[in-house]
Amino acid sequence: MEHVNYIHNIPFASIFLTMFGGIITPLFRNGKVAQKINFVIVCLVGILSMILLGSVWKNQESFTFMMGHFPAPWGNELHAGPLEALMALTFSFVMATTMLGGAKFIQNDILAEKQNLYFVMINLLFGSMLALIYTNDIFTAYVFLEINTIASCAIIMAKGTGESIAATLHYLIICLLGSGLFLIGISLLYSITGHLLMPNIQQSIIRLTTSGEYAFPFAVVIGMIIIGISIKSAVFPFHFMLASAHPAATPASSSILSGLVLKSFIFLNIKMFYCVFTIDLIRSLRITNVLFLFGLIGMVVGSVSALKETRIKHMLAYSSAAQIGYLYMGIGLGNHEGMVAACFHILAHAATKAMLFLCAGGLMSVSGGKDGIHDLRGAAHKNLIAGIGFTVGGLSMVGVPLTAGFVSKLYFASATIYSPQKMLITLLTLAVSMILNAMYFIPSAIAIWSPIEKKTEYAKPSRRMELGIGIFILTNFLLGIFYKPIIDMIELGIHLL
Amino acid sequence: MTNLMTNHYEAAAVILFGIGFMNLLLSRNLIKKFIGLNIMDTAVYLFLAAKGFIAGRAAPIIAQGTTATVEQFINPVPSGLVLTGIVVSVSVTAFSLALVQRLYKHYGSLDLDEIMQKAKKEGH
Amino acid sequence: MNKKSKWRYFMDWVNGEEVIETPKKVTWKKIDFEKWKTIFQKYLWNDRKKSIFYLIMCVFVSVVFISILLQTVNTLPYFGGSNNPASNEVVQRYIESGVEETGATNIVAGMILDYRAFDTFGESNVLFLAVICVVMLLKKDKYNTTEAEEREQKEDDMFEKQDANIILKRIANLLIPLLFLFGIYVVLNGHISPGGGFSGGAIIGAGLVLYASVNGQQKIQKFFTYKIFVRINVGCLLTYCVLKGYSFFTGANHLPNIIPKGVPGALLSGGLILPLNICVGMIVACTIYGFYALFTKGEI
Repeated sequence: MEHVNYIHNIPFASIFLTMFGGIITPLFRNGKVAQKINFVIVCLVGILSMILLGSVWKNQESFTFMMGHFPAPWGNELHAGPLEALMALTFSFVMATTMLGGAKFIQNDILAEKQNLYFVMINLLFGSMLALIYTNDIFTAYVFLEINTIASCAIIMAKGTGESIAATLHYLIICLLGSGLFLIGISLLYSITGHLLMPNIQQSIIRLTTSGEYAFPFAVVIGMIIIGISIKSAVFPFHFMLASAHPAATPASSSILSGLVLKSFIFLNIKMFYCVFTIDLIRSLRITNVLFLFGLIGMVVGSVSALKETRIKHMLAYSSAAQIGYLYMGIGLGNHEGMVAACFHILAHAATKAMLFLCAGGLMSVSGGKDGIHDLRGAAHKNLIAGIGFTVGGLSMVGVPLTAGFVSKLYFASATIYSPQKMLITLLTLAVSMILNAMYFIPSAIAIWSPIEKKTEYAKPSRRMELGIGIFILTNFLLGIFYKPIIDMIELGIHLL
Repeated sequence: MTNLMTNHYEAAAVILFGIGFMNLLLSRNLIKKFIGLNIMDTAVYLFLAAKGFIAGRAAPIIAQGTTATVEQFINPVPSGLVLTGIVVSVSVTAFSLALVQRLYKHYGSLDLDEIMQKAKKEGH
Repeated sequence: MNKKSKWRYFMDWVNGEEVIETPKKVTWKKIDFEKWKTIFQKYLWNDRKKSIFYLIMCVFVSVVFISILLQTVNTLPYFGGSNNPASNEVVQRYIESGVEETGATNIVAGMILDYRAFDTFGESNVLFLAVICVVMLLKKDKYNTTEAEEREQKEDDMFEKQDANIILKRIANLLIPLLFLFGIYVVLNGHISPGGGFSGGAIIGAGLVLYASVNGQQKIQKFFTYKIFVRINVGCLLTYCVLKGYSFFTGANHLPNIIPKGVPGALLSGGLILPLNICVGMIVACTIYGFYALFTKGEI
């Protein structure tokens, strides 16, 4: 036992811990017990990820972990570096805080006898996201992508109303289209390279691109895989699935879906760029330009759709679509700085959007469950913390200094310097999108803070929800002020990916 | 296009994939949509199985007490991938059909457009 | 539009009300946009035209897609060729040292349950997840069953009892034990012959489905309830998780593994592969029966 490096076991341990938690949960009939187990596990994973991050940051290293007795091309592998650890830490933090803040919604919206099954889904979803972050094997990525799809659909439909099930179906069909493309892409890739592990595929790809063999199949494979993952992450023409899924789901599910699930796909995309296809090949095939274009269109279209909406959850859903556009724009810039900005935006948006959905849920529940913005007049006076959270989140989305959103926009803007031909259009779209963001967030913020004349009966917000939203507000400011070390970590992480 | 005759299994698989894809996009009936999805998945398995095949070699089950060399057997990796893929597609199909059953009970229709319209009306 | 109504308009917008629906028609230089819009929708862009356009687009996209893929297939390595890129050192080690390293003479079983076991663990979880999802959706609750349906089902059950088809019952009762036996054989011999947990489990599941459809669900509920279903599923998957966790942990940290490999080719060989196959077989059997029961009756 003397040579065991326990730090290196953390990725494996966190995946198996969450899977274990998901598997035992159906034995507990009581939803509250299931929730406690889930919360403890997510916190444990968060602590473990923090230790891992500290260790890899101190040693400036990344490592691979052998899953089983057989080394790289024969067995499965995990790969962990600063970026992976940072993502795992953020995901577990957002997951834990959302579950803390959204507990009341889950208890109210989901039938008591099926609440424990909801937490099975949450645990397995979390496990699959961790596996997608750490995996170093393309077929493992496919299997966990499917787990992710089924579990995320399950948390949308958990409410059990007809509307939520119809929305789930819509979401499922689009996701399955994405996974179908991904699967045929990896089958083609396997038949050309003969490997399933990312580093080995990369070696084959470098060898084959220099010799010029199989140039056409490569282009097709890359197209299929990137398009498949992008469809799943709700890139522009496919963002309509969000608009039906978010309003129909319980607020906690919406937070997780928008804050984490879509981000895990985008992270997989980044990983594919760096670990499988190499960024130079992607750039020379002009895949980045396509993503850039769809990102820009998504930013504008999402914001305009959000502006036209009069219902708060639809508005937030379209705003999510616009933020996904930002991420693809950053990736599409095709330079290192753009990628760093995109990675930071993943963190910033995960924390902000999860909070916004929780606050929207809180505001709606004190206004009689209605979701029109004019029904929410004065809701902030009834649920103070949700009102503050919504305002802070809105300001962060607009990009007001001291909030997390400002930093990511700043980095997006400064990244354009390194891609001069895309600079003008990016800056213009950023400006337009920021104005549009302000145009839809400020009226809703005014509406929720407008004074109310008469007091009506409403349920007091629970202590746990206040705590959850409070933590999110604090995080937003922390990310907005002390962003430098995080950016350093991301830079190192991308370097070591 | 001469290679298409040699690679006829793969070509058939790819055409089937396209048919499934078209079915997924075109069918309004939900059950037919999911049949299209299954055709897509099955086409990928045909493709993988064809890729694993090597002419004149046996299935990779080694007789007791003999030593195996790589020249005797086909590639076992695609077989394993197909096995995994089949299980995933069974699960996804079961889940989607369960969704369809619930929707049919609730809205009395299998037409996706009609269901989405009714759901939207209900949401307002 | 005077100043006051503009203010009103702004207030409405701030309050998030439906300002688009204000009765005032938007006119611009005396061109009636609404009129043109209706004409446009009626003649040029009606539902029929929309669906035709959609159809043409779909066919076009699919044809383009198929031709791209065919062109790809055209340039792929030859079918059945022995020196394809896929026949590399990975396959060589799987075949030449697979028996020695995993203890299984069925190389595919050795590959999915030992070399690449993490994928298979994920795969069992997909199955588990699917069955839990179906339970969430279809197990009777206040959202998905009405009283009328409940009554109807009770009548069905009564009818089922009277409707004793003697030929069907006799033959099924002959067949079911054989099915179970065959399924168990396939599961237990997964590592030394074709088969394994997934295929064997599916056969056992088919046996359970046949039993339930011939003898009625009440009879199967005497020994197979929801509680037992959940316990078997969870228990098997937990065993899988713990065994594989142990194996991964020892493998990755180069610790000695205490699990014996046995003599290749014997029934008790293959290290963890046999217990894992049994676990997978039980999960699959339960899942298949679970799907059947939930889809037909909404309960297990």
